[in-house]
Amino acid sequence: MPTPDEVYEQILKEESDKGSSPAVAQGRAKAARVRAQRGSTNPNKPDPSTAPAPDNVREALGGAPAAEAQTQPQAEAGEQPKAAASEPSDRAASEPSDRAAGEKPKVAAATSRPAASRPAARPSSPAPTKKAVGNGAGPAVPERVQRLLAVVKPEAIQKVERQPMDRVNVWPHLMAAEFVSLLVVMALLTFFSLGVDAPLRELANFNQTPNPSKAPWYFLGLQELLRYFHPQVAGVTIPNVLILTAFAAPFIDRNPSTRPDDRKLAIVLFTFFMLAFAGLSIIGMFFRGPGFNFVFPWEGGIFFEL
Amino acid sequence: MVKTAKRSPREKLLERLDQVQKGQVWRAMFRPGSIFRAGYADSPRNRAYVVMNSLLYHLHPVKVKRHGIKLSYTLCLGGMSFFLFILLTITGIYLMFFYRPSVEAVYSDMIRLHTQVSFGLLVRNLHRWGAHLMVITVFLHMARVFYTGAYKPPREFNWIVGIVLLLLTLLLAFTGYLLPWDQLAVWAVTVGTEMMKNSPVIGQQVQFALLGGPVIGPETLLRWYTLHVLFLPFIIVIFISVHFWRVRKDGGISGPL
Repeated sequence: MPTPDEVYEQILKEESDKGSSPAVAQGRAKAARVRAQRGSTNPNKPDPSTAPAPDNVREALGGAPAAEAQTQPQAEAGEQPKAAASEPSDRAASEPSDRAAGEKPKVAAATSRPAASRPAARPSSPAPTKKAVGNGAGPAVPERVQRLLAVVKPEAIQKVERQPMDRVNVWPHLMAAEFVSLLVVMALLTFFSLGVDAPLRELANFNQTPNPSKAPWYFLGLQELLRYFHPQVAGVTIPNVLILTAFAAPFIDRNPSTRPDDRKLAIVLFTFFMLAFAGLSIIGMFFRGPGFNFVFPWEGGIFFEL
Repeated sequence: MVKTAKRSPREKLLERLDQVQKGQVWRAMFRPGSIFRAGYADSPRNRAYVVMNSLLYHLHPVKVKRHGIKLSYTLCLGGMSFFLFILLTITGIYLMFFYRPSVEAVYSDMIRLHTQVSFGLLVRNLHRWGAHLMVITVFLHMARVFYTGAYKPPREFNWIVGIVLLLLTLLLAFTGYLLPWDQLAVWAVTVGTEMMKNSPVIGQQVQFALLGGPVIGPETLLRWYTLHVLFLPFIIVIFISVHFWRVRKDGGISGPL
């Protein structure tokens, strides 16, 4: 029969071969070692994680109400040994034991909660001391109380193997920063609004076209394009192609890296479009005078209102 | 003789506050664990509770990646856009009190807003400059997301939602531009909608539907007003919600680079 340490090595190897992450492999190997230790110290007792082993179950939570729930493990004989065993949690409070009444275990019913069914005076298990004596050679494994709550098929368990990451509390670290930026924006905007009034020209008059007539500034890039291209192209084709390209960007750019060094083409292309759009808009804003003809703002003045 | 010290008003107030905090109304308002109920002493648990036991939990997780709170990564542009949206909603509601979207009344309402309404001009300035700023911040937010590669899987869909939000922001700004009904507004919108007319096949129809006629007129004002104060905000709030929800479902902020 393999010693617990051999079992540990064996399981660790198996898991690594299967491709489990190191943490998972180690955890499973440790669990196997504990099972092997229990088996070797007390061969008469079945494995607590696969079969009922009431004497191994210790009053883990003292006098807490949850402790009354020394639910007998409900493993079916035919179930696979990969059963998920879990420590007593406060969830167990809803699963009171009927063992005192000598009945077979059953799932919680609200009516079976009275304190009478609580096995208060049970002697605690002698198992821990026995183990410490009988297994001096092996590494000291802290006694863990395990109790079978449910049998879950391994496929049903969502394995979240996320890398641990340096995280900070949103409060106060993120929210303080957000609040400060909120105050800064509000302050700047208020001072600007106190100093600069929004334009209000004379009442709309459809018989008098202002010269030049300019679109709002965010469309001035397009209006500028209209000087160079047919309206079908500048007013329809180009904006629509740009919008569709933007929508499709994540599917066009298949490069998975986010490092700037790895995506020079994407950055150059995007920057080119940004600069082109900004350049066209600035020309439209400041360099277009009456008749939307080119003027230098320092000579002909600025024909632009926000 | 037992000296019954006369309680100071401050002590009385504190006692009354304590009664309120233990009362049923207070406890009905604040969840167990809320810092308004349990008090706040700085501890890791309370730091988590501030978020967990409040509405904030819909917006923020308890913890975020440390690199994500660096200002140099996000420049806070998305948050600023959202804040500006809220500011525009509030100032916009105030402006609605004094604004009638009919051609006969609108311009005199604007004059009245400038000259008679308390803070009318200031609120209008905030609304207008805030709107321009929001267009800028949304645009820069898109640029930031592109430069950090944050549109890559699994965030492709949120990028698309973001583009929709950018277009909605532009539409909101553009529909609002007409509402002062002055020469600047009307002719800028004329130029803007002239471009639409060039769309193949449906161009004329789209322009007709948007203007409520072949040219800008009273119907246009009412239509754009409705779009500006009701329809587009309604749509954009839905997209903002999806956007924020997906930020968290896609694993929080992107990066680090």
